[in-house]
Amino acid sequence: MIAQAKKTQAEALEAVVIRFVGDSGDGMQLTGTQFSDTSAMFGNDVATFPNYPSEIRAPQGSLYGVSGFQVHIGSVEISTPGDNVDLLVAMNPAGLKTNLYAVKPGHTIIVDTDSFTKKNLEKAQYDSNPLEDGSLENYRVVQVQMTSLTKEALKEVEGLDNKSITRSKNMFALGMVYWLYNRSPEHTIDFFNKKFKNKPELIEANTKVLNSGYFYAETIELIPNSYSISPAKMAGGQYRIIMGNTATAWGFLAAAEKSGLELFLGSYPITPATDILHELVKHKHFGVKAFQAEDEIAGITSAIGASFAGDLAITTTSGPGLALKGEALGLAMMVELPLVVVNVQRGGPSTGLPTKTEQSDLLQALYGRNGESPVIVIAASTPANCFNYAYQAAKLALEHMTPVILLTDGYIANGSAPWKIKSIDEMPDIRNHKIREARENWHPYDRDPETLARNWAIPGTPGLEHRVGGLEKDRVTGNVSYVPENHEIMTITRAEKVKRVENYIPSIVPEFTDSGDLLVIGWGGTYGALHTAVKQLYEEGHTNIGYAHFNYINPLPKNTGDLLKRFKKIVVCELNNGQFASVLRMNFNGIEFHQFNKIQGLPFSNSELIEKFKKSLS
Amino acid sequence: METTATKYTYKDFANDQEVRWCPGCDDYVILRSVQKALPEMGVKKEDVVFISGIGCSSRFPYYMGTYGMHGIHGRAPAIASGVKLANPELSVWVITGDGDSMAIGGNHFIHVLRRNIDLNIILFNNEIYGLTKGQFSPTSLVGQKTKSSPYGNTQPPFSPGELAIGAHARFFARISGNTPKEMTETFIEAEKFKGTSLIEVLQNCVIFNDGCYLKYTDKNVREDKQLYVEHGKPMIFGKDRSKGLILNGLKLEVVSIGENGITEEDILVHDAKEKDPTLHQMLVRLEYPLVTGIIRSVDDVTFEERENALTEQIKAQSHFKCTDDLFFSGETYEVK
Repeated sequence: MIAQAKKTQAEALEAVVIRFVGDSGDGMQLTGTQFSDTSAMFGNDVATFPNYPSEIRAPQGSLYGVSGFQVHIGSVEISTPGDNVDLLVAMNPAGLKTNLYAVKPGHTIIVDTDSFTKKNLEKAQYDSNPLEDGSLENYRVVQVQMTSLTKEALKEVEGLDNKSITRSKNMFALGMVYWLYNRSPEHTIDFFNKKFKNKPELIEANTKVLNSGYFYAETIELIPNSYSISPAKMAGGQYRIIMGNTATAWGFLAAAEKSGLELFLGSYPITPATDILHELVKHKHFGVKAFQAEDEIAGITSAIGASFAGDLAITTTSGPGLALKGEALGLAMMVELPLVVVNVQRGGPSTGLPTKTEQSDLLQALYGRNGESPVIVIAASTPANCFNYAYQAAKLALEHMTPVILLTDGYIANGSAPWKIKSIDEMPDIRNHKIREARENWHPYDRDPETLARNWAIPGTPGLEHRVGGLEKDRVTGNVSYVPENHEIMTITRAEKVKRVENYIPSIVPEFTDSGDLLVIGWGGTYGALHTAVKQLYEEGHTNIGYAHFNYINPLPKNTGDLLKRFKKIVVCELNNGQFASVLRMNFNGIEFHQFNKIQGLPFSNSELIEKFKKSLS
Repeated sequence: METTATKYTYKDFANDQEVRWCPGCDDYVILRSVQKALPEMGVKKEDVVFISGIGCSSRFPYYMGTYGMHGIHGRAPAIASGVKLANPELSVWVITGDGDSMAIGGNHFIHVLRRNIDLNIILFNNEIYGLTKGQFSPTSLVGQKTKSSPYGNTQPPFSPGELAIGAHARFFARISGNTPKEMTETFIEAEKFKGTSLIEVLQNCVIFNDGCYLKYTDKNVREDKQLYVEHGKPMIFGKDRSKGLILNGLKLEVVSIGENGITEEDILVHDAKEKDPTLHQMLVRLEYPLVTGIIRSVDDVTFEERENALTEQIKAQSHFKCTDDLFFSGETYEVK
């Protein structure tokens, strides 16, 4: 079967979408990550989307146990992981069955035929073998005995058990895909050398299997040609591939360094936010105090304590955790201490869809507390800009002495993309309101006249001993006060303090056109999908469509109202049942807001957006 | 923690706010005992922080001249943990009650003890909810009639000491709310102790549960019904100091010195520093006599010592000195 390679000229492509699917123990996330990292290093623009079940190791071969990783690489700007795929790599029948819908007709599917056993076909609820019954005739199916070939490749490597051998078949698949897209396996071999530093047999085995897959693809006649995707045109500079959650964690590291404060994280594990905790616990070398608390409430309250004592304090969570933190967030608002709460949104309500994405915590973030308790709410919109918005959240909290909620979501938190690395010198300064010594007639609730931020007197400072707490306090002294007028003044002051943040945030600048027939509005993690769809229409000649993406939700950018008036029709697109649309309606009376909502735990697809916008334009 | 040469008096730890507990409440005794203990501890006033939850006891920080935060219900140990981890130089005190720490804050209570962060927790135990006007608490007795148990409480109580030692408390003391001198001494010892110190104060609520401890704390019976233990001293009690504790099999037994050949030599000597909690648990559970004083005081590494040692070690090993070192490390690539 193995013949000499006759490598034809590679066909140049602008972009390609590849999806790797298999059992949740098949290593699909690793395979996908390796492919996207390699492509990024090559110079492609990249976006990824992992899609995995909430069970850690779901029963083998089952439909619900399928784990997938999609990667979109291009020589052009890539803002989403793509809808439909050019190549599906299916390690088992269940993976094929659950992902076939996404493969573009006429495109390629690589399958491990060894896994298409009677038992696995039954588990995948196939009545007949799709590799034999003609149901795949619209696709180019590459059948590879991947498990057998992996075993064959490893027969001379000593010290491997059967399980390790079978588990490395994902590297065979990766090797084939590397060849197919003209990628060198070198980066992945470096990765093995680092990862298995103390297990030389695993370095040898994985390298062997990867190379076997690469050479197999080169030599078989089943793949008639290979493709090339040139490097993308991106702004010059030093880059790295970064996941949203890592970018969030790093934004806080940078903010701590810039502000000269120590970083305190109080957190409790919750999907999909836990990777921020995982990242920050690594950085003890920067003096980061990452405290895994006994529950969500202790996560935030320990952070409030740390903030009282002068640290840059943050807490990280997802929807259900934010609900648990609600009362404590009200306390932080009441005592007017800086605090950042990161909510990596997932499908709700209740436990909902823990591993799926959604934007349905917006109203909870804005209003989910007792009493009048406004806080700043901002949202990141891409994996890479999680860095900027984490940094910005810390800056706003410190400069305005108030809690800030930073919303990201499972999609951008787990997705990865190239990040043009920011040096600390490029980041804006961060002030804070600490006072170092006692002065005459000092009060804990003395405010900055511009921002209304109160001062920050830290325990350990002589002469500034004072008490704060959740009871209403006198507007000057901070002592407990039940005076009716005082409560009203304090309530208005706290709201005004948050409102004035609008003077410190950027205006909203629409893309493509700043007036016209249709304004598409999005916020948070949907940027990639919405931007791509509107851009496509604009380039097709619809120059009357604009796109406004909101990263600042409370307060809204000052010019929001002006912008809205310049378009005939407005459609607010969200992965929820219309929460931001409600917020806009409440703020801008008399303007009609159309909605486009999707509540499936999935991001918007390009095709559904194009269809919707075309309808809205007609 | 820096010590100070400044000689404070209790007035330095008070402030101008009017204290608003009910007249006759033991909380006044505790407040004054704390204010009297603090000048003896050698800590600077500005380094002292009081953190409380919700309840009558939790108004405490408002009456102190130190830094303080009146938190939310049950969460004071977590807030205080954050304060201490942010600045280990501070002397951090948690003020809580039986509802605050045993019910809504039970989780934080056990975990702070398990971690052994260097905090001092004063638990005002009055076996009732006071601020919400008289419902049974997790330490109320079975049969106790309260606003929420008009026919008698049907929920068996926790014993704070038993729960605490079960949660690996290294320091546990129990003090009667009408013995300010002992209280002051105990607070000083608690501050000296490195690790989480828990002091349960048997605090009488004059309004909703008046006299609940009288059978132990009344002046006329106190010496006969309470055994005030001190490390290294035999466990002898009674007005005429004629009673003592011995171990009979797996049970503690009260014996009379001079009877049945029992001499002072036979009486158990209190060892608060014994790591094995068995005897301490037995002392906590004893109903006659009621054991007060420092029952357990076992030295151990604190959480922040472990954390700081790890941080220093990693700082010394790491080549990451600033975020630029991290961000530009590893797999980066250049776009031209």
